[in-house]
Amino acid sequence: MERVIYLDNNATTKVDDAVIEEMTPYFGQWYGNPSSMHSFGGRVAKSIQEARGRIAELLGCQADEIIFTSGGTESNNTAIHGTLAAYPRKRKIITTRVEHPAVLSPCRQLEQQGYEIYELSVDRQGRLNADELAEVLDDNTALVSIMYANNETGVIFPIEEIGALCRARGVPFHTDAVQAVGKVPIRLKDSTIDMLSLSGHKIHAPKGIGVLFVRRGVRLVPFILGGHQESGRRGGTENVPGIVGLGKAAQLAQQYLNDENTRVRALRDALEAKILATCPDSMVNGDRRNRLPNTLNVSFEYVEGESILMLLNQFGICASSGSACTSGSLEPSHVMRAMGVPFTAAHGSVRFSLSRFTTQEEVDFVGEKIGPIIHRLRELSPFVKSA
Amino acid sequence: MWDYTEQVMEHFLHPKNVGRIENPDGIGEVGSLACGDALTFTFKLGPDGRIADAKFQTFGCASAIASSSVLTEMVKGLTLEEAEKITNRDIVERLGGLPEQKMHCSVMGHEALMAAIANYRSKGKVPASAPKTGRIVCTCFGVTDDEIRRVIRDNNLMTVEQVTNYCKAGGGCGGCKGQIEKLIEEVQGEKVRKLRSHPEPQPRKLTNIQKIALIQEVLQQQVRPAMRAHGGDIELIDVVGNRVLVAFRGMCASCKLADYTLKEIVEAKLHEYVSPDLTVEEETDTAERPAAGGEN
Repeated sequence: MERVIYLDNNATTKVDDAVIEEMTPYFGQWYGNPSSMHSFGGRVAKSIQEARGRIAELLGCQADEIIFTSGGTESNNTAIHGTLAAYPRKRKIITTRVEHPAVLSPCRQLEQQGYEIYELSVDRQGRLNADELAEVLDDNTALVSIMYANNETGVIFPIEEIGALCRARGVPFHTDAVQAVGKVPIRLKDSTIDMLSLSGHKIHAPKGIGVLFVRRGVRLVPFILGGHQESGRRGGTENVPGIVGLGKAAQLAQQYLNDENTRVRALRDALEAKILATCPDSMVNGDRRNRLPNTLNVSFEYVEGESILMLLNQFGICASSGSACTSGSLEPSHVMRAMGVPFTAAHGSVRFSLSRFTTQEEVDFVGEKIGPIIHRLRELSPFVKSA
Repeated sequence: MWDYTEQVMEHFLHPKNVGRIENPDGIGEVGSLACGDALTFTFKLGPDGRIADAKFQTFGCASAIASSSVLTEMVKGLTLEEAEKITNRDIVERLGGLPEQKMHCSVMGHEALMAAIANYRSKGKVPASAPKTGRIVCTCFGVTDDEIRRVIRDNNLMTVEQVTNYCKAGGGCGGCKGQIEKLIEEVQGEKVRKLRSHPEPQPRKLTNIQKIALIQEVLQQQVRPAMRAHGGDIELIDVVGNRVLVAFRGMCASCKLADYTLKEIVEAKLHEYVSPDLTVEEETDTAERPAAGGEN
């Protein structure tokens, strides 16, 4: 494939060159084990501490509140299982219907084991109603786990309001912030969040590294057992290059936070305007006023998402879809269904997600191509009478 | 990303015979927008009784479009008797294969062809989107037992997963998987029974407390997930001898299919896993109390 226009940054991101550069010596040169009792390993331990500090800076928390994990999925699993183990008498988890599978799947398994799982609903715009949470929070609740921002629509949830409700009831609050970090300012010091998951590969660090923030004083039983790494909170020799890379990525994320919210947002808005103007019967999914600055989810009526993606792919344009076909399942995305997006529109939903590497020229190119692609597929469709 | 063959890509990127024939001799419409794919197939016969022209319109993924396109090419020049012999297998072969999860696209093509031929033979009395024959097995995708038997036979299917790939049945809530399994046994007979690794559950004598615990477990693991997928829930109220009293919650409480669910799904599961002597009854007295559903 020659040219790639990558608008699928909510799936994963390009590793920044500066991150690669920072990581590289830790493969062949500084390969020591940070737990070793020699200065060759000790040097590596120091690098890990530096990285921890950079991430703490990005999140506005203390360095010792950072636990390195293998990624967002492990962070989420750790928060859920580790909290339940810390509160063995409590049998209820509150989450939402639109969570990522990394939260929903463990919850569904726990349900089989007798836990009660309450999934909060969202409205047609994908917004969460915090009042519903207030109604279902009770003394039996072990954990509330609610994503910071939705990966498919980009809709941002009222996290501080939710956290305040939890705090008032003394219930630990975890948020999967994998999509939000680097796109919205987060200051955990002044926050009601008790635990937060972060994934390296969503913020231009490599795959296989993530973080679980655990506020000082929050009870959590270790999930991955092994050595005494991470102060005994997560066993396993540290992914040193990954950690160093994530530290650099966190520093860059902080640096580019403003760019995400100005330039990237403007590009996204321009793409959105162009699509709505050139494609009749298209609509934006999710609350347009309260969204991640990089995410655009559009439904094209009468056409199917996979077909759209494959034609976009012909031009090297990468995006994703909530249609059934792309997932290999037969029903459209659980997020679209939870929002009550009609199946007809959900099957034709496409998500474009930008990053700081996205250029005006790329967005113009996509804006130019999308109209003819939708038109072409509609000509094939039995549901378009005018074709 | 799907690993599509060159033929699939060619037919997807350059579909043949797109459109709708004016005053066709036969027309078939299958699928729906809600199901994620749909196809309208029209044909016109020549003076020699052979298919002179065929056109399609498809809403769906690349393989649905490719299956439709290749089908129009395949039928041209055939008599109806010849066209009738085409199966979904032939469509797959002409495309050089389809991913397993996409087999239903070829089945949809075949169904549209059959519907169009039936429409022609009945001189239009059989409508383009003829009601399906048989009994609905999969309520999520509206698939009948006749359709399921046909894909099992035509494609020599042995597992529920395969049936789902070929006609979507069982791909929604999964509540009909037990019935699909029975249909596979019915069509394949001995061939499939030998393949089954898990032995038939042994009938055993249960104490009352064991019985209740087992019923609770079956409801929890086998029944609730399917009902929750439809926004409903079920609760065990009591067990009196062999009478199992349950209440429907949420969407199920007002669902017209609830009776059907009770007998076909809940009772069938309990017969299979607990005891064939059980009968399931809906406890209606408690169903009205809203608090019981939301709170626990």
